[in-house]
Amino acid sequence: MNNAVIHLDSVSKIYGKEEAEVRALDSVSISIERGDFVAIIGASGSGKSTMMNIIGCLDGATEGTYHLDGIDTGTLDEYQLAQIRNRKIGFVFQNFNLIPRTRAVDNVSMPLAYAGVHRKERRERALEVLDSVGLAARADHKPSQLSGGQQQRVAIARALVTNPVLLLADEPTGALDTKSSHEILDLFESLHANGRTIVMITHESDVAARANRVVRFQDGHIIEDHRLRDVNAHPLATAVPL
Amino acid sequence: MMIAESIRFALSGVMANKMRSILTTLGILIGIASVIILLAVGAGTSNAIKAQIGKLGTNVLTVSRQTTAGGRSAGGGQAVTGTRSRSTNLTLQDMAALTDPVMAPDVASTAPVVTAQNVTATFQDATHAVATFVGTTPSYFSISNDALSAGSYFSDGDATNGTEVAVIGNTVAQDLVGNQVNSAVGQTIALNGQNFVVSGVLASKGSSGLNDPDDIVVIPYSAAQDKFTGYSPSLSSITVQAKSADVMNQAQNEIQMILDARHNVTSANRDYQVRNQAQILTTATTTTATLTILLGAVAGISLLVGGIGVMNIMLVTVTERTREIGIRKAIGASRGSIVSQFLIESLIISLIGGLLGIAGGYIGSAFPVLGTQPEVQWWTVWLSFLVSAAIGLVFGIYPANKAAKLRPIDALRYE
Repeated sequence: MNNAVIHLDSVSKIYGKEEAEVRALDSVSISIERGDFVAIIGASGSGKSTMMNIIGCLDGATEGTYHLDGIDTGTLDEYQLAQIRNRKIGFVFQNFNLIPRTRAVDNVSMPLAYAGVHRKERRERALEVLDSVGLAARADHKPSQLSGGQQQRVAIARALVTNPVLLLADEPTGALDTKSSHEILDLFESLHANGRTIVMITHESDVAARANRVVRFQDGHIIEDHRLRDVNAHPLATAVPL
Repeated sequence: MMIAESIRFALSGVMANKMRSILTTLGILIGIASVIILLAVGAGTSNAIKAQIGKLGTNVLTVSRQTTAGGRSAGGGQAVTGTRSRSTNLTLQDMAALTDPVMAPDVASTAPVVTAQNVTATFQDATHAVATFVGTTPSYFSISNDALSAGSYFSDGDATNGTEVAVIGNTVAQDLVGNQVNSAVGQTIALNGQNFVVSGVLASKGSSGLNDPDDIVVIPYSAAQDKFTGYSPSLSSITVQAKSADVMNQAQNEIQMILDARHNVTSANRDYQVRNQAQILTTATTTTATLTILLGAVAGISLLVGGIGVMNIMLVTVTERTREIGIRKAIGASRGSIVSQFLIESLIISLIGGLLGIAGGYIGSAFPVLGTQPEVQWWTVWLSFLVSAAIGLVFGIYPANKAAKLRPIDALRYE
């Protein structure tokens, strides 16, 4: 646990009450190490989205404890959770979730605004990160002026701008064509190669194959936890067929 | 730091839907402008009345006959006919008694007033129905602050001899001889068919919109008694000027003491009444104040409706931007920053509306309403500004809270 970014101890999430009770997660325990690239897969209704919400501190667990970067999230109030999301986690969503009518650079710098970073510094850092995802030239474009792949790269830049301990991606390629999907996954791999911890939720096995560890969910349980490569191994160096 | 950010986010929110923001702003604008204009009209009217009464003299008392004869209340079932013939008249002797420096030290001067109704002035082809027709002595002019535009007043001798001379007001002169009002001096005009020579034209006092103080003809009291009221020694009223506005009450008491003794009455059965301008002023002020409050209340209701409009639009905005709120929360926006973003957005709308409304109020108050120039009150401007800020806060707090309370996962899932 000492090096774990994520540590869940018998976490359950229960929706509804009594008769209508649904256990979306049923006593799940898992640890994810720093620098790992983990794919969480499962059919819809398997509990993987609930897992993502809990890992992302968007929702609380009904039972069990969740430590993120050594912090017990169960004891935090709403304001502190907002700060955790801001400082520790970078979100990437299936449908990008950029703020409309707002320039790419402003979208990227928004988490820094909530972190209280000065305007000028914010812009500099946002431009830096946009450059690292190859979109420096599109900094002043609005989301509607960007392609899906570009929008997702802006979203990744936004997720990275606070330098979080965890990059949490929910079906990051779900709304993209094959070419853009590969570009995004390549980007994830190079981020991982640079030591980023990435948790990616997906239902496509070929996408999951790009990760180092694949965790399969079914009916709220982990039914398979398969390590493809070492924690820090780079798939481009050690290509392993699934 | 964060406030500056919230303002920037809020501004982009306002700009995102310009038409809607403008229309919502318009609701506040109209509300604030109407409050300012209507209160300005009220203040303008009130000030005009005060100014007019001030021109008539603030230290003036009017002694007039009581139309309901005295002794009635004391007499109970007794026949009224007998009391009517009692000395209910005000006479020149009464007037002379009021200038007694020992009995009435606070009285400066007096003037008799004999009035007649329905007097028509004619000059060549022009006719004019005179609103105020007064028979008096020259002291009337100084008491009622009447200045001459041309010619001269009539003399004390004219007043007692009943010389056929008249001093006419600006409006009367204008109707009879046209815009060159001063040319009326020396002309012979007919008042109800009887010839009078115009000896002077009064300087205009300006209209207050309610009645025109320039629509007046002043002639010697004895001429009025001879030719208009039928000869009798009685006066319609006596105009008394106190030494200063501060001694009005003392002057009134002195007048009542003298007249009570002369008419042999007590405070219970007085056959005359003393009114002072201060009382008239108070009555007029109270009336206009009531009117102003009513107007202000109507305007206030339109402002309230504007405020509800702000709330309505903010609720729509929050619903429409549920997803954005979810994104912001996911990337670390706290409840406080979401609240301040939406609260500032409603504040911006209502404050812009308020400021434009103040400008609109000033513009609208530049034009006379019913002959009265509205006067914008400073306090209404400050009040409007504060009220529009309050509207932004009060009507913005519920939508802003609603936005902040959204759970990020619900908001993100919202389509």
